[in-house]
Amino acid sequence: MATYELDIPISEDAIRALHVGDAVRLSGVMVTGRDAAHKYMIDTFIRADVVPESERSLYEELQRLLRGGVIYHCGPVVRQREDGRWEFVAAGPTTSIREEVYEPEVITHFGLRGVIGKGGMGPGTLQTCQEHGAAYFHAVGGAASLIADAVKEVVAVYKKDEFGVPEAFWVIRVEGFPVVVTMDSHGRSIHDEVEAASKESLEQLIAGG
Amino acid sequence: MNNMVESFVELIRRGSTDLPADVEAALRAAQAREEPGSAAEDALATILENVALARANSTPICQDTGVPIFYVSHPQGVSTRKLRGQIEVAVAEATRRAYLRPNGVDSLTGRNSGNNLGVGFPTFHFEEWEENHLRVSLLLKGGGSENVGAQYKLPYTPPGAGGSTVPLRAGRDLEGVRRVVLDAVTRAQGKGCAPGILGVAIGGDRGTGYVHAKEQLFRPLDEPNPVPELARLEERLLCECNELGIGPMGFGGKTTVFGIKIGAYHRLPACYFVSIAYMCWACRRARMEVRNGEVAFP
Repeated sequence: MATYELDIPISEDAIRALHVGDAVRLSGVMVTGRDAAHKYMIDTFIRADVVPESERSLYEELQRLLRGGVIYHCGPVVRQREDGRWEFVAAGPTTSIREEVYEPEVITHFGLRGVIGKGGMGPGTLQTCQEHGAAYFHAVGGAASLIADAVKEVVAVYKKDEFGVPEAFWVIRVEGFPVVVTMDSHGRSIHDEVEAASKESLEQLIAGG
Repeated sequence: MNNMVESFVELIRRGSTDLPADVEAALRAAQAREEPGSAAEDALATILENVALARANSTPICQDTGVPIFYVSHPQGVSTRKLRGQIEVAVAEATRRAYLRPNGVDSLTGRNSGNNLGVGFPTFHFEEWEENHLRVSLLLKGGGSENVGAQYKLPYTPPGAGGSTVPLRAGRDLEGVRRVVLDAVTRAQGKGCAPGILGVAIGGDRGTGYVHAKEQLFRPLDEPNPVPELARLEERLLCECNELGIGPMGFGGKTTVFGIKIGAYHRLPACYFVSIAYMCWACRRARMEVRNGEVAFP
């Protein structure tokens, strides 16, 4: 278990150096995206024959931001300042497994190097992390004020009115965002290991009860 | 009725930003139990740091402020319609002040109402009681923990949590309750933001079971169950849930659950439900009492 400081965009080499249990502090620009955003990316960009004209500029922006980048499963509490700029008030991770059906394609299509969330993801994402050189970073669920403190600037927001505040794409600049690698690019998942061990304990408790 | 909107906003602010002392103390004790330098210990340290920061800055402990659930106990003659109206105004105002995230989503169109008001949103439970004062209790319970709640119909015989080959064989007794609670916690893993607190209701119907399970979450963690057999079950389950080793955030560790509160309702002869409300570590509950026009937050 080691501690790393990583800047976004992240290189494949930097990701390959990480192993489950490593603590990482991330800095740079990342994008939030959860249920509505993932479904939208799949339907409008990834599986679409043609990207509609109206969505093209967002597509290009996301391609630019997500290449070597990080997507954060988060629906923040935000506040609009008097000058019209947004700030993050509370911004912990949301449960990632809901995006399992989308994430492998999103990682592959955009060339993501990292996904931040909580609770871990499934075999599809784990395999994609291994093949494409990406990692799953676990933020501490509920540590929303602390993480909002690491968000230094809201750079832009997309689809806020259409998806609502929690579901929008928030482009944020972070400094020292604290995470733990729980799924690495070598095929290991802390979540799988803990789950297997807990099932064994459950069996013993039931048999012994 | 006096205009209590500003007091209700304060109730929501406290609920969202100020973790109850018994919950914080239990998290601190959990941190002391974990291996120094482990991911589990680190997660709890981060949690406690966040709790202090949220309180100091008056910002939400967790961004998922959930469905605000109000349990209102009122004396005879109080208009629950007017109370509901004032609380709804306060919810919208608390959302505007960023104590609450706008969470109310139209299930058909997917549109977020933007102010936490909607059809059946927030949740209210009103009851008239014999006391002369008004008591409003608020629970903020996020979606991650809500998603890992479970309701079992006993007897329940299938194998336990995914992939297990051992049948649960949970019968219609407290041993059956024990088995399905262990199963639910194993299924939840870290996804409900472990370590968690369980509110469990035995009996009732499918609706009242969950309502009563959530009510359990208002009981102070350090107060034993007044029913001796339930107190024994709570104590036993607390130890056994932690033997599962899921740990904070599911990183592995010694604290998976740090509170279990069990209540029992009468049931139909044919039905034996066990309803489990999983509360994340951020057990955000707050209370407001109004006596002779004086508002207090005990």
